[in-house]
Amino acid sequence: MSSEHLPSEADHGPAGQVAVADHEDPFKDPGLPPHEPRKQDIDERSAKRSERTVALLFTISMLATIGFIASFVAFPVDKMAYVWPLGHVSILHLMLGLTLGIALFCIGAGAVHWARTLMSDVEIADERHDIEADAETRAKVFADFKQGAEESGFGRRKLLRNTLFGALTLLPLSGIVLLRDLGPLPEDKLRHTLWGKGKRLINENTEEPLRPEDITLGSLAFAMPEGLKKDDHDFNVEIAKAALMLVRIHPDDIKDKKSLDWGHDGILAFSKICTHVGCPVSLYEQQTHHVLCPCHQSTFDLADGAKVIFGPAGHALPQLKIHVNDDGYLEALGDFAEPVGPSFWERG
Amino acid sequence: MATATDSRRPASKGEKVADWADGRLGIYGLAKANMRKIFPDHWSFMLGEICLYSFIIIILTGVYLTLFFKPSMAELVYDGSYGPMNGIHMTEAYASTLDISFDVRGGLLVRQIHHWAALIFIAAMAVHMMRVFFTGAFRKPREINWLFGFLLLVLGCIAGFTGYSLPDDLLSGTGVRFMQGAIMGMPLVGTYLAMFLYGGEFPGDDVIPRFFSIHVLLVPGIMLGLLVAHLILVFYHKHTQFAGPGRTNKNVVGMPLLPVYMAKAGGFFFLVFGVITVIAGAVTINPIWVLGPYRPDQVSTGAQPDWYMGWTEGMIRMMPGWEWVIPTGHTINFGVFIPLMVVGVIPIAIALYPFFESWLTGDKREHHIADRPRNVPTRTAFGVAWLSWVFMCMIGGGNDLWATHLHLSINSITWFVRIGFFVVPPIVFWITRRICLGLQRRDRDKVLHGRESGIIKRLPHGEFIEVHEPLAQEEMHTLTAHEQYRPLEAGPKVDENGVVRKQGVVERVRTKLSKNYFGDAGQIPKPTAEEYREVTSGHGHH
Repeated sequence: MSSEHLPSEADHGPAGQVAVADHEDPFKDPGLPPHEPRKQDIDERSAKRSERTVALLFTISMLATIGFIASFVAFPVDKMAYVWPLGHVSILHLMLGLTLGIALFCIGAGAVHWARTLMSDVEIADERHDIEADAETRAKVFADFKQGAEESGFGRRKLLRNTLFGALTLLPLSGIVLLRDLGPLPEDKLRHTLWGKGKRLINENTEEPLRPEDITLGSLAFAMPEGLKKDDHDFNVEIAKAALMLVRIHPDDIKDKKSLDWGHDGILAFSKICTHVGCPVSLYEQQTHHVLCPCHQSTFDLADGAKVIFGPAGHALPQLKIHVNDDGYLEALGDFAEPVGPSFWERG
Repeated sequence: MATATDSRRPASKGEKVADWADGRLGIYGLAKANMRKIFPDHWSFMLGEICLYSFIIIILTGVYLTLFFKPSMAELVYDGSYGPMNGIHMTEAYASTLDISFDVRGGLLVRQIHHWAALIFIAAMAVHMMRVFFTGAFRKPREINWLFGFLLLVLGCIAGFTGYSLPDDLLSGTGVRFMQGAIMGMPLVGTYLAMFLYGGEFPGDDVIPRFFSIHVLLVPGIMLGLLVAHLILVFYHKHTQFAGPGRTNKNVVGMPLLPVYMAKAGGFFFLVFGVITVIAGAVTINPIWVLGPYRPDQVSTGAQPDWYMGWTEGMIRMMPGWEWVIPTGHTINFGVFIPLMVVGVIPIAIALYPFFESWLTGDKREHHIADRPRNVPTRTAFGVAWLSWVFMCMIGGGNDLWATHLHLSINSITWFVRIGFFVVPPIVFWITRRICLGLQRRDRDKVLHGRESGIIKRLPHGEFIEVHEPLAQEEMHTLTAHEQYRPLEAGPKVDENGVVRKQGVVERVRTKLSKNYFGDAGQIPKPTAEEYREVTSGHGHH
């Protein structure tokens, strides 16, 4: 092979020299290669140029910091402007970001350039030492420990040891007990919502009671129970369970008989809270009567008792039994028959 | 030059200060060991630095944000400088985040730096961890540091989740709701845990202040401790290095801390900070003012967690909705419970890998030379397969975005992910191992036959050949410096007395795995000196 290989290089070049040098082990470690000087190491003018570059970067950083302070003072906090390609942005925010960024970046770039071009780049080898201690140290440590343990009487005085363990085991119980008031017990809180017999369905946007004619065929409306106000302290807690979704489907299209009976003339009221992990389901496809949860894409068929037809939800959306009262308003006939929202162990 | 060590010269002012400090802190001992400590150089070694620096940036900006943020769920009606929100009910947490964004000059910038740095922090940790994994830098003596790093990644995700939940906007509130639903899905204790964490029914008044103390105190406190321990161990073990001329398992070759690494690493902090700041100034993320305040009965489409939670989101989305009512009358929501369990299994598989490998090889020696990923094909394949597993989950987590951007059916994407979760990792494993073996073969050919020079030569009888150029000694050494384990032997079926030897199941599995790792299918034997000599001495070259 050697004779066929680039004779000129094999004979004279550095590669050729080492390739034939060692007949013992051709793969032997040749040791650290000699240091190759950089341009800056041999040419003072080149070094000066690096120096000027670094100094320039540091100077830009200073200017940028001054620019930061000037921007802070000069631009009003609410001034917006169109900046290509970012769109409409706050000028103050953009300028602060750019100036501070440049001020920081140039310090870094200067320091790195300095290190790479002007500081020594001679590689140095340091020895490593075993992490493990030598046998003598190890023996000393074990002897010390043994002596310490014996002097403590820990192994001998079993009564002391066991009572200490007992005390240390019991003590954390106080800490656990202290956590008790983090929250109330679940009890039956998850089984009730604000809905109840005779509560009218209130349009969530207009806050007016809903009539059947407000719900047109193919539409989706959101309702909350009568009596709940947006500035109530517990509005969020209540709406998290009571949120209601109303659809009107042609009665002939409703496959689930019970579901049809629980509604009024094709108006069905389902819990809006997904039975998977509790997002509000809200993407309604009126042709198929499917409703999709935008969080994890559980899909429910509202024409078939809101059964799950795809996705990770485990059971149908609970339906609220409604009717029209004497005044012509939609009204609940009771609370939900089953807990709304994500399922849980005690749900049954 | 000589004056610096001349003891007759009176001590300079700086030296006096140093002497004062040494008399009280003993700094000279530390400085002697560390001031000229050698660090090897490789681009991949800066990944860990990005983690460290972005963590510092997060702490700095985070402290600033606490000066203005009010972690309270008290309700108010907004009346401030952001017009579109006037008159809207919201919590103080959301309102104060609006104030930081619109009233505090520079507040938005700091908020954006904080969020961007958090995303980059976790990304850098993930990539840093990949570097350590694929180069085998987790081997003895660094297994514990691997675990510290792993915990930092997990805690980083927790800090991230609790952090982006704080503004109480419509998106983050959805994440908090998800967490509550997921906790409720735990058998037996779910409802109790949920009630305790949220201080009652969802959403309650407590979860934001509680997340706040977790986010600003508990988690970063632990992380700071782990980080310091991580760095102490890096110093103590000394950094790994790649094989090369003059680089052995017993030395560390590179440049000294003072001045080169001080300047490079210190400068790199400013580079990272500068880049993050410019991004934060130019590219807005998490514009909470667009999303609006959280309400449990409202949601936006395309709801996505921050990227590092995407894989957990994917598992939740891909899981079929299995829910059983068991004979005791209790409900088990497998749709939530199984993903919750697997979310634990996936990280643990990678966290415990170093211990698995050391059990497999039985190697008790220290390793300071980093492996090239190709030289341990099975490990590399396992790592890439693991990544593909996480990636499948991430596709599942963004199934709605994949669907809307690529005009695909969301159901098909979900089914693809459900199947891919099981099928893709083995395929990726197989492909990766083939690629590694191919690369090993190429290295072997390079060592034995030299590199292709691109020079075509015509022989007297008319045949064309490409001239191969022999490698330099340095390169030959580098390409053959790695060790190759031999597979474990199963041992004879009977011992010397003819009694049937019993081999435990564990031992049989170990033998089998070892064969897989280090047998013929697992690695290409590196060229030996004999082979090299045979090839170089013979003229039968083609």
